[in-house]
Amino acid sequence: MAKPDMSTPVLECNNVSISYYTRAGEIPAVVDFNMKVMPGEAVGIVGESGCGKSTVALAIMQYMGKNGDIVGGEIKFMGRDMRTMSEEELRDIRGSRISMVYQEPMASLNPSMLIKEQLNEVLIYHEGISEEEASKRSIEMLDAVRLPDPQRVMDSFPHQISGGQQQRVVIAMALLSKPQLLLLDEPTTALDVTVEAGVVELIKDISKQFGTSMIYISHNLGLILETCDKIAVMYSGEAVEFGSVSQVFDEMRHPYTRGLFNSIPLPGADRYSRPLVPIRGQLPLPHERPTGCNFGPRCDHFKDGVCNVEALHMQDVSAHLGHQVRCERYLNIDWEAAKPKAVAGEAISYGKTILQVKNMQKYYEVHDRSLKALISGKASRFVKANEKLDFEAREAETVAIVGESGCGKSTFAKVMLGLETATGGEVILNGQEIGQITVHKRTPQMVGSMQMIFQNPFETLNPSHTVGSQIGRVLRMFGVAKNKEEALEKTYKLLDLVKLPRDFAMRRPRQLSGGQKQRVGIARAFAGEAQVVVADEPVSALDVSVQAAVTGLLTDIQRERRTTMLFISHDLSVVRYLADRVVVMYLGQIMEQGDTDDIYSPPYHPYTEALLSAVPIADTSITKKHIVLEGELPSPMNPPSGCPFQTRCPRKIGAVCEDELPAVKDLGGGHKIMCHLSEEELRAMEPVIAMPSDKKKKAAAAANPGRAKAALAAASIAAIPGVDTPPVPRAKTAAKIELTVKKAPPKKAAAKKPAAKKATAKKPATGKTGPERLKKPRGKADDLKQISGVGPKLEQTLNGLGFWHFNQIAKWRKSDIAIVDDELSFKGRIERDDWVKQAKALARK
Amino acid sequence: MTDTTAEQTNTPDSNSGLKKFLSSFSLLRESWVGMIGLFLVVFWVSIAIFVDLLPLQDPLAQTRGAINLPMLTEDKKGIMHWMGTDDRGRDLLARLLHGSRVVLFWSTLATIVAYSVGMLMGVTAGYRGGWWDEIISFMGNVLLSFPQIVLLLVILTAFGPNSNVGVWMNSTLGLGKTVVSGALIIVAITFSTAPQVARIVRGIVLDLKTRDYIAAAEVRGEGPLWIMLVELLPNARGPLIVDACLRLGYVIITIALLGFLSLGLPPPDPDWGKMISDGRQWGYNGLNIMLWPALAISSLVLGLNLLADGLREISLRD
Amino acid sequence: MIQLAGKRLVQMALIMLTVSLLLFLAFEADKYSLAGKVLGAYSTQDQRLLWLEENGYNAPFVQRYFTWIINAARGDFGESVQFATPVSKLLKDHLLNTAVLGGLVFTITVSIALVLGVLSGIAEGSTRDRGITVLAVITTSVPEFASATILVAIFVFWLDILPGTSPFSNGLTWSDANQLVLPVMVLVIYNFGYYTRMTRASMAEVMTSQYVRTAILKGLPYKRVIMRHALRNALIAPFTVMILQLNYLLSGVIVTEVFFSYKGFGKLLYEAALFGDIFVIEACAMVAVFIAVFSQFVSDIGYTLLNPRIRFS
Repeated sequence: MAKPDMSTPVLECNNVSISYYTRAGEIPAVVDFNMKVMPGEAVGIVGESGCGKSTVALAIMQYMGKNGDIVGGEIKFMGRDMRTMSEEELRDIRGSRISMVYQEPMASLNPSMLIKEQLNEVLIYHEGISEEEASKRSIEMLDAVRLPDPQRVMDSFPHQISGGQQQRVVIAMALLSKPQLLLLDEPTTALDVTVEAGVVELIKDISKQFGTSMIYISHNLGLILETCDKIAVMYSGEAVEFGSVSQVFDEMRHPYTRGLFNSIPLPGADRYSRPLVPIRGQLPLPHERPTGCNFGPRCDHFKDGVCNVEALHMQDVSAHLGHQVRCERYLNIDWEAAKPKAVAGEAISYGKTILQVKNMQKYYEVHDRSLKALISGKASRFVKANEKLDFEAREAETVAIVGESGCGKSTFAKVMLGLETATGGEVILNGQEIGQITVHKRTPQMVGSMQMIFQNPFETLNPSHTVGSQIGRVLRMFGVAKNKEEALEKTYKLLDLVKLPRDFAMRRPRQLSGGQKQRVGIARAFAGEAQVVVADEPVSALDVSVQAAVTGLLTDIQRERRTTMLFISHDLSVVRYLADRVVVMYLGQIMEQGDTDDIYSPPYHPYTEALLSAVPIADTSITKKHIVLEGELPSPMNPPSGCPFQTRCPRKIGAVCEDELPAVKDLGGGHKIMCHLSEEELRAMEPVIAMPSDKKKKAAAAANPGRAKAALAAASIAAIPGVDTPPVPRAKTAAKIELTVKKAPPKKAAAKKPAAKKATAKKPATGKTGPERLKKPRGKADDLKQISGVGPKLEQTLNGLGFWHFNQIAKWRKSDIAIVDDELSFKGRIERDDWVKQAKALARK
Repeated sequence: MTDTTAEQTNTPDSNSGLKKFLSSFSLLRESWVGMIGLFLVVFWVSIAIFVDLLPLQDPLAQTRGAINLPMLTEDKKGIMHWMGTDDRGRDLLARLLHGSRVVLFWSTLATIVAYSVGMLMGVTAGYRGGWWDEIISFMGNVLLSFPQIVLLLVILTAFGPNSNVGVWMNSTLGLGKTVVSGALIIVAITFSTAPQVARIVRGIVLDLKTRDYIAAAEVRGEGPLWIMLVELLPNARGPLIVDACLRLGYVIITIALLGFLSLGLPPPDPDWGKMISDGRQWGYNGLNIMLWPALAISSLVLGLNLLADGLREISLRD
Repeated sequence: MIQLAGKRLVQMALIMLTVSLLLFLAFEADKYSLAGKVLGAYSTQDQRLLWLEENGYNAPFVQRYFTWIINAARGDFGESVQFATPVSKLLKDHLLNTAVLGGLVFTITVSIALVLGVLSGIAEGSTRDRGITVLAVITTSVPEFASATILVAIFVFWLDILPGTSPFSNGLTWSDANQLVLPVMVLVIYNFGYYTRMTRASMAEVMTSQYVRTAILKGLPYKRVIMRHALRNALIAPFTVMILQLNYLLSGVIVTEVFFSYKGFGKLLYEAALFGDIFVIEACAMVAVFIAVFSQFVSDIGYTLLNPRIRFS
């Protein structure tokens, strides 16, 4: 294939409008959409559900289905308008020059065809090569997407490989004939976090490895940050902002983008002192969009007569190269002031212990009805859904239970709520053992004191009954209301509590939005003076802007009623924001538990470490260690021997991990880790997530003057009058973000000093003066990696601190060591490894 | 699509049940297939209800010398027989229209009984699972292994009006012949239809019972009966209404078929199936007698099937 | 696979046993009434008692049942009261005739249904699809005895090109093949609609599936998308259901046989039922259930073979 001209955009969308035709008439799905994708570039499209982002992808593929049509504009691929192409030309382009990766890998592979066939046919039909040749190429490609044992995968049916592997196969299929453009539509949404991390890692390498341009569609800003160069933010069928990732993330000029960032829980947000700010109102329906700005009715900066006059167009942001925004008033908005404000909320005080879980076990008996099992007498065996769960929760405390699918968190919830009984151990609520009492044997008060909030807003309410009757039923069941009038009265009170209008009692669930349904779900859970509420991923199915409102509500009610909340989630960002204590589970066992701050900073359990590194964070100032776990989640039906995590653990010591279940180590303050690593080794871990407000940043700022990332230290920055900093193109994120220290301009760094983090406060105060900083030597710097334990990452950090030579380190005194050690959060490792001695030896050479 | 519809939060739902019922028919207007079906069904149902008010001959009155008259002929008394007369000189139009009442009455009753039993079986099997499911499903499988007619023949010969059971019902319980036959037909149809209904309901329930609102009901300590009847079944009504329309059509066919096989309701009440088999003995001369009921059954069943189709089309839309 | 087949066979046997017990209970539990039916309404009480004694009916119920079921398994269903011939011989002749009729109908119906169903499902919502769907609804609304009446009116009385009954008095011969036309037509008309709609539904579902979208967006030729990706998956469900439907087809065959006086299994059963020929009814019911259960078995195995998701799990 001819080398593409580097100056022609691979794809150019000009004023594209797309409509669907329904009974109600034409519904504009996407209006006036513009985008340019240059060769090798990765462009992200981000937006909430129903904003039209997937429609754009399908329009680019020219696959609109029966009732959809591109009604205006042009979509140019390599300079040619695709709308003028014949069906035959399109067929030629699809799959060979533009290809697509879909949300659900299982559904997008043909269940009755071997993977071999599905891969080969792409090459056979597009390049006309022989079967053997195609097979060879397919195997190479499977190898390139890092699938172990490609030959086995080739000979499998889709259902015989795991979800993560399926998605890699789909990616391989898309890349087979070296397309110029790859469309990815939420490619990791259906996967578990740690599996997702691996796929994202792969996607990041694609453009480098194959020179492919990418369009990455996602609702997750964090993923876009990790994978893309540019980003388009869509709202209600329109792109509202377009620009480089750093422009949009750090200097957004559209109120909706601002609102999005304000409503996602980034590290540093705090539910008491700096709560998330939801976007008020809700997304307008396509046929009910307002005149002028679609975001107008929800915008804090809305101005009558300006924003609602006529359809808005994208305009270039002055002084920002390539940054466009669809807002009439962006120049009149004080962008620094628009950031979330600190609220004088104070942390809650916990009461007595309400819930104790002691050695709780839940086994399921599985019957194997195969002939072999019958003969060998192993017809039934036990699946350990929960093994020795051991933790407590106090009044008004939020305990998060974190884990991926199959970790046993749902089973645990079932036992708590009496839908199942525990196999062993105790669950004590208010001094009463409830692990053996099913819900039907519990008194109404007991049932009411332990309730649940469910995950899926669209399923949480029975569509056949009105909201009022459903809440009323609960009130009657719990004995809270004796008669109809009382039930109605209390229903109204509950609706008030969740900030819904009282006339919602008459409505049916289908007349409510997702967020509203979830509010009713919360009202229902609190109907019976609940002491403990189990919340099973209560916000994960909601759009981010609604998420913030629901989490806020939940926090408020919980604080007001001093309810204990067990918050089940896989989303570590939300957990960090909401939880006081965290329990990390893997395959039915607790791997680590402790206060939230302890969990999110070293020492970690290796699994927690991997989980933390896998969570995408939508903040350019954050640096993360990337740990990609090998292999797939083992099935809970057939867990590995020894430590459950041993099959994927990057820190596995050896045979002991395979043979023995590790003992639980108590690291003090209720922080417990179940791992074979010694306490010293655990304490020696580096933080996975590095925030600019850490002390490190100060040194980094001195060494590397650059541009600031703001979102984090917002509270203190908010005081500074909003001034635009000139845009500086962001350095292309390295494929593997090592611990690259971020750049911050001195003036802002200075302003951030008072915003000392909680984390800082906890550690012993270190001297303000670091070791003497030297300029980077003219000649070659020494290879500090020769000192044991110094990797490329640490080397960079040391360089950042001004250390380039062995003889600098050789001159360190005790106090210097202490300072550096603390800077790297090593906890004495420099001393133990005796860097100084090593440096001396190396310096002599 | 679910989420967009859910976003619609316009007017509060103050509709009465009747209003909603009517509005679902107004939706039907958009499906011409459904409208034709509705028209046919309404036509036959109103005839069945108001047949007594129509200026018709007595369906049981036999006119001597007016046997097997072709359509549009007058008999000696000068009475117009629009459709002609049958082999006993009875007015065919009157018999046909009165027959609709017989058919619709028994088939609706049978469908209701079969449906109730089937729903109960299905929801129990689906929700309770385990042994309940094993036993109910096995029973269903046993009954479904009979081709429907074989089952009907077996039940009606073994327990029909002339068997011990039939005689006992007739003499000891003092039930009329028609009632005995009707009851037996209903039992037979229930045996052959309920397992099919149960199978459908079970499938729907298996899907519905994983919903969070069922878990919510369990968590607040609702008993299985409440969950099955109040939480589950109302949500299965969409597909079940469509299926009930189809099922009623099948039951009408079955009842007519039993009449045709002389296993149905006892004479002399008009019965479309019996009319066909009566006409069959007369060869060409009986054609007139056979054709009208054949068309009547077909149009009624067609109406139900088209209506079901229209309803399904609409339910798929939103 | 073998395990599944074994499991299904056990289930089959269980169902057959239950059915046989039910039949035996229904017809032979009351042995006096049975004797009355066999010997006729005008037999005396003494005759009946003697008959019971001679035929071993005074043995306990369980023993009688096992004797009966063992004989039945060997193909000995006793003697027909009506024809005074062994039931097995009657069955053999009639079943063969029914097999001819049923086989013809099944082949034709399935061929029509697959073609129409696929054509209709490929282009869901098109005029062609709507046309085929409405046609299917109309034909399934006309029960066999009604369509037979109408067809007889047209082809026998009006056009006079086909015989109105199919007695095959000279046995199944080619010269009388035109006698088969009407029965086959009646059954095909009634049954193809359901099969067509099922095929259509399955095809339409597959056409909107994500893997077909993937195949199209891979740039494969349309023909390949349909033939390789869509058809195979779309035909799995209809295939199994069509075989399962064999026992519904059998119901229709019985009616049609009665209507056209075709000497098949259905007519035998029907006449036995009217006459009260108990042993024939029992035998016919057992055979019918066996066919149904066996077709279910075939359908299960076929489904497993066709669907790799089940085959390899």
